[in-house]
Order: sequence, then structure tokens, then C-alpha cells
Amino acid sequence: MFEHLINGLVLGGTYALVAMGLTLQYGIARIMNLSFGDTVIAAAFAAYVLFTALGLSPLLSLLIVVPAGFAFSYGIFSLIMRPLVRRSANSEALEVDSILATFGLLFVIQGVLLVLFGGNFTSYSYLNVPVDILGAVVALNRLSALILAAVLGGALVLLLMRTRWGLRMRAVAISASSAPLVGINVIQTSRMAFAIGGALAASGGVVISMYQTFTVTSGVVFTMKALIVVIMGGKGSLPGALAAGLILGLVETFVAAYIDPGLTLASTYLIFLALLLLRPSGLFGKAS
Amino acid sequence: MKPFLFGLLVIGLLAWAPLVLNDYGTGLLLGLTGYATLATAWAMFSGPTRYVSLATVAFFGIGAYTVAVLSETLPYPLVLVVAALIGLSVSLVVGLATLRLAGVYFVIFSFGLAELVRQTVTWYEVNVTGTLGRYIFLPLEARHIYWQLLALLVLTLLIGIYMRKSRIWLALVAVGDDEVAARHAGVDVTRTKLALFALSATIITLVGAIQAPRWTYVEPTIVFNPTISFLTLVMALLGGAGKLWGPIVGAIPLFLLFEWLSANFPNHYSIILGGIFILIVFAVPNGILARLETLGQRRKGEAQ
Repeated sequence: MFEHLINGLVLGGTYALVAMGLTLQYGIARIMNLSFGDTVIAAAFAAYVLFTALGLSPLLSLLIVVPAGFAFSYGIFSLIMRPLVRRSANSEALEVDSILATFGLLFVIQGVLLVLFGGNFTSYSYLNVPVDILGAVVALNRLSALILAAVLGGALVLLLMRTRWGLRMRAVAISASSAPLVGINVIQTSRMAFAIGGALAASGGVVISMYQTFTVTSGVVFTMKALIVVIMGGKGSLPGALAAGLILGLVETFVAAYIDPGLTLASTYLIFLALLLLRPSGLFGKAS
Repeated sequence: MKPFLFGLLVIGLLAWAPLVLNDYGTGLLLGLTGYATLATAWAMFSGPTRYVSLATVAFFGIGAYTVAVLSETLPYPLVLVVAALIGLSVSLVVGLATLRLAGVYFVIFSFGLAELVRQTVTWYEVNVTGTLGRYIFLPLEARHIYWQLLALLVLTLLIGIYMRKSRIWLALVAVGDDEVAARHAGVDVTRTKLALFALSATIITLVGAIQAPRWTYVEPTIVFNPTISFLTLVMALLGGAGKLWGPIVGAIPLFLLFEWLSANFPNHYSIILGGIFILIVFAVPNGILARLETLGQRRKGEAQ
């Protein structure tokens, strides 16, 4: 029981980390990024390569992979998203355009990964030593994944809530059309939010690669779960993403442990459906 | 009367084609007709409402899998009816849950639907029936499948033509332009969207069911291949999802390109297709047909 709780928290912490990235991209930059999960998987493969080829520990590879994720997303925003932001007359048009463009991007990233790594399940063994916490046995890699997720997520929440820079971000999230009135450069802020979202996706990918097997095609599921977490938590809300991510991770772990591992995605969907019917604005979102 | 006769002539020619074509040609025509039907059915809902559905392969797979499961116990026409009914009920459940909310919920739900159905079917097969993967032995040749698909395509187009002349079309276009305004003008927005989504999904399910005998062996990873959703979407958008003929205009070049790419660059086609798709979103956001129309109008304007 306690063991499942810890494992659920590990999974939930990872989901929360990844979903925070997506909520930045969707809530602030207003880009619905369907290729998000594939960025996560690309980072997981990068960590795998750095570990197996160079013997670099995933904690160190974060120093390479996270800036790379930032740079990649920065480039994607400048190249693909910015023209779409300019072209779109309203936020709905931007939503449709960004969904379509990132759907194309999903296939590009997946195709590149497929050429490089093939379609097999991939994993590596790092810190796979059992640790005893209050009687429950947990692998050290899972535990470090949880700590990593907590540190990265906590740092981000502090940045957004306590700095002037974070205030700008939140202003754009609340109203992108009024933010320029108080001297905020919306495009610049959006680009920064999108790039940080990409950096979080990359860190999530490294964390996932430490304790899970992954394939080139598992990106879709991560995008899906991150989207569900974002909607559960309320668009653009970091505490919401945190809470919803943990809930999702716990539910999945308990379903896998007590009901059937094959039904985890179905349980995720069930939560999503219940939420859509009961509280469409999210747990922390304001009713519109 | 003239367009009607012309239409009959084209249908006749297309129906006659497999009698003179070789196996490869018939197969190509079959695949093309399948995608043309998928894209037309997709655009039937997503064109006017502008709700991007990413669930094409969920319904396609449901159709194909139903045939795989039932083909030995029920007569073929009845299997098709059952498949259509299953597709219809799934689409009604999905539609009822998501279509009364903002469009993005629908997109997200449809995005993961195929994966959900695939995993659930896999789980069911492994745990309940104990067989993953089924064989389909039906006495249908490629041309028989092709004729069925052609009939379905014609039917889909006829529905499209009829719809464009009816009140429901005005309601749909109003919903696509401004949902709030449409609601105020007295359009029952949710019911209109739901009806159309269900119709479109049922046709897509039928395409899957009809095409299923082309594979003799079926398993969830084969029939729930996300590339099918992707291709359908790209085709409809290239031609123009708002026009009746748009999806077909998009389907022809893209299907041939896809065939060529998967024969010559089997490992790279998804990269190339993804790139092409991004280009389409940028260069022809409303599709080729709309683009041609504006070009034509501009030329007319210059001539005057």
C-alpha cells in the first residue's frame, strides 16, 4: 500500500512536471502543442544515448538536455508559431492553427526518432538499487526522479509567483490583449513561456527515462496525459497542474496495482470524462 | 440535368475501371477511394464547424475490428450494420461528453481516443478472449471492396450535396463562424454538431469495416494506426475542408505521393509528410480550392 503510494507520487510528480511545461505553452503562449509528448520522448532518448554512449548520469545530462529543449522550443516558436500568432485574428483561430501545425510537427519528430532509434522499447538501468523507506521498498532511481520533479517544479512556481518576470508571464496568461497596455511585449513573453515549457518537457523526459521503458511512439500518450492534467488543473495554473498531476499518477498506480495495468489509460480517460461533465473549467480554474 | 449525367458517366467509368486494370491498379484505386471517402466524411463535420477531429482512426479501427471479430458468426451485410451501429454509439457518447464544451476539449479527447480504444481492445482480447490478432476469411476480392467503397463515397457526396441545400448547412456554417451568435439566432448548436459528428463517424466506421477484408490478418496495432488520422486530415485540409470536392481534390495527389513515398522512402515518409503538412497550414490555410477561387476572382478583377 505505502509502496504504491510512493510509486504513485513518483509517477504523479513526473506528470506534474511535464504538465507544468504544457500549461506554460498553452496558458501563456496560447499554443496548443500536440507535439509536446514527442519532445518529452526525444529528451528521454537523448538521456539514453548520453548514458549508454558516454556513461553520463541522467542528472548530469539534464545540464545538456534541458538547455537543448529550451533552444529547440525557442526555435520552433520563432520559426513556426510566431507567423501563426501574427496571422490569427483571434485566439480561437490561433488554437486551430497551432493544433494543426504541431500535429504536423509531431509526425516530423516521431519520424526522426524512428529513423535514429527504431521502434523498440528502450530503457537503461541507473541507480536501480532498492531503498527502504518506512518499510516500503522503492528503487533509488524512482526516488531521485521524485526529488528532481519536486525541485524543478518548486523552483518554477517560485519564479512565477515571486519575481517580476513571473508577474509578466501571469499577466499575459490572464489577458494577452491587455498586457501590452502596461508595457509587456506579448510575443517576447510568449516565446519565453513556450521555450521554458520545452525545457520542462526535456527535464520530464530525462526523469521518465530514469525509471520507465519508452518507445518512439509513446509521445502521444504523454501529450494526452499532460493535456488532461492541464485541463484538470485549469489552463495556465501551475498549482493546478501540480495537484492534478499527482492525482493522475496516484490513480494510475492504484489502478495498475489493484485492478489491471492494461486499464490505466482507460482510468485516465474516465477521470477526464467525469471532470468534463462536472467541472469543465478545471479544479483550480475559474468558472467562465 | 447535365451535371447529373456527367456524374453518372464518371461513376460508371470508375466502376468499370477494375475490370480492365491489373491488380496493382485496382489496389491503388481502392486505397484512393478509401481515403477520398475518409477525407470527405471527415470534412462533413470538421469543415463547417471547424472542430478538428483527430479521431478518424478510432472509428476506422472500430469498423475494421468489428468485421474481424464477427465475420465468421454473422452474414457480411449484417456485420457492416453492426459495425456502423457500434461506430454510431461511440460517436454519440464522445460527442455528448465533449461537443457542448469549447472546441479544444473535443480536440484533446479525439486526439487520445484511438489510443484509448486500441488499449481497451488489446486489454479485452488478452484478458477476456485470450486471442490477440484475428484472421478475416471473406470471399471478397479487391474489386468487390472497391465497388463498396465507391458506393459509399457516392453516398457521402450525395449527403454532402443534399446538406448544402438544407437548413442544417446554414446552421452549421453559423456555428463555425460564431457559436454564440448562432445560439442566439436560435440554432440548437449542440444537437446540430452532435448529429453531424455521428453521421461523419459512422461513415468513417463503415470505411474501416469495408476495407478490413483487405488485410487477412488484423490486430489492434494495424487497424488503429495513427497515420490514417493524419493522412485524412492532411488531405481534407489541402483540398479545403469547407468545400464539397475539396477533400477529394486533396486526396488524389497526397495519396499518390504517400504511395510513392512509402515505396521509396519507407523510413522517412512520416518526416516528409509532417513537413508537407506544416507547409500546407502556412501556405494554403483554407485549401487549394479556396485559393484557386481567390486567384480567379483577382484575375477577373484585374481584367475589368
